[in-house]
Amino acid sequence: MDHSNPEIALAGGKPGDKVTIIVHSYAMDKLYSALIIGTGALAMGMDVAFYFTFWGLKALQKNGLAKAPLSAMHLLGLGKWMMQRMMRKSKVATLERLMADYLELGGRVIACDMTMQIMGIKKEQLRQDWVTDYGAVGTYLNEARHSTVNLII
Amino acid sequence: MAILRVDVVGETCPVPLIEVRKAIRKAQPGDVIEITGTHPSSKKEIPMAVEASGLKVIDLKEEGNQWTIQIQK
Repeated sequence: MDHSNPEIALAGGKPGDKVTIIVHSYAMDKLYSALIIGTGALAMGMDVAFYFTFWGLKALQKNGLAKAPLSAMHLLGLGKWMMQRMMRKSKVATLERLMADYLELGGRVIACDMTMQIMGIKKEQLRQDWVTDYGAVGTYLNEARHSTVNLII
Repeated sequence: MAILRVDVVGETCPVPLIEVRKAIRKAQPGDVIEITGTHPSSKKEIPMAVEASGLKVIDLKEEGNQWTIQIQK
């Protein structure tokens, strides 16, 4: 895996041609938004950092992406089942596949260590192959101040 | 010089863009990447991504709902 994103140079990307996304929620639909924007930005030659905090951290746990509920109309899983059926019909990639592509293209995943502590989540509970760095507010701001696109999802 | 063919027929957003990016990374300077797909928005977004990468689209063909884009690395 390549997390230094050397193709920024290849891409003719300028410093600041960068996306930072705070992933605050644990919902399948919102994780799709983050991962589609993230992989899309990498494809457009931008640098991308995700900062996972609060409920978003649950997505980084084992099977976290697969188990995420819908943010609305989850209906005890029935809504999600119907949504996934429609997605398969439309050949939408799974969250796991998008995460693998995101990392392969040089996307970075930062886990917030402060919220891990308050939520009682230990490093070994997180997918080590997904997390590229741990940090706190300073790490987030260091990414965000150089980004032209800053989102909270 | 080689031609790298990428087939994303039937795939939807953001897979065509991702696969183009992977192919661009894999290709050597001088290679041509030929991508074929059916997702309507990707037909205009792939050239945007290619241009943002400092590369050139050398051909764009359309037949029915299927398009083929050639990229020069």
